[in-house]
Amino acid sequence: MKELTIEAKVENLPKVLEFIDSGLEDDGCSMKNQMKIDIAVEELFVNIAHYAYRDKVGSAVIKYSNDDGKAIISLIDSGLHYDPLAKDDPDVSLSAEEREIGGLGIYMVKNSMDDVKYEYVDNQNITTITKSLN
Amino acid sequence: MLNITKDLNEKTLVVGLEGRLDTTTAPTLEEELKASLSGVENLEFDLAKLEYISSAGLRVLLSSQKTMNKQGKMVVKNVSEEVNEIFEVTGFSDILTIE
Repeated sequence: MKELTIEAKVENLPKVLEFIDSGLEDDGCSMKNQMKIDIAVEELFVNIAHYAYRDKVGSAVIKYSNDDGKAIISLIDSGLHYDPLAKDDPDVSLSAEEREIGGLGIYMVKNSMDDVKYEYVDNQNITTITKSLN
Repeated sequence: MLNITKDLNEKTLVVGLEGRLDTTTAPTLEEELKASLSGVENLEFDLAKLEYISSAGLRVLLSSQKTMNKQGKMVVKNVSEEVNEIFEVTGFSDILTIE
């Protein structure tokens, strides 16, 4: 398992994705799935950066492991207790005029990963995504 | 990194995107478009060199679509298989005109 501890701010997104991509590339992930995983990690990390610590900057821990051809990635923060999966899904059948801007990111995460799990343990928000590498 | 090229020919604006349209680069595109869409009736996005799009990028496309619905039309061209799959999963393939 690899682990990265980083300040949870949007400017650090490229570093987070670099960390994830190096793991995925070493493990031979397909381009298609790499993009989906990157998108999911981006959404979750940006959520932490924007909301977990309100106006303060806290840290986030990102864990990456490969379990028998599946990437398992956890994003952990010790900010406000918040379940990103609790939000209602947007209605993706609506027209451009009717579509709202919000809620799309987490919907993408739910729909593109094999599994998404949220836990709150020892004052930490832990969101774990699982996706096959190929 | 995102490179944006703009080619305005009368009322047609072609916007080429190269690289990654994500949380860190989407605001730049949003500003560029805000400054360029006045008087444009045909907006074309050329995504041939776009490698990555996250929801932040989709939001910019959605707001451009809304703007263009009022003043003309918008098409999206040269979409890669990977990017197209993202449009499909989010329902954007029904909202956007993809050629």
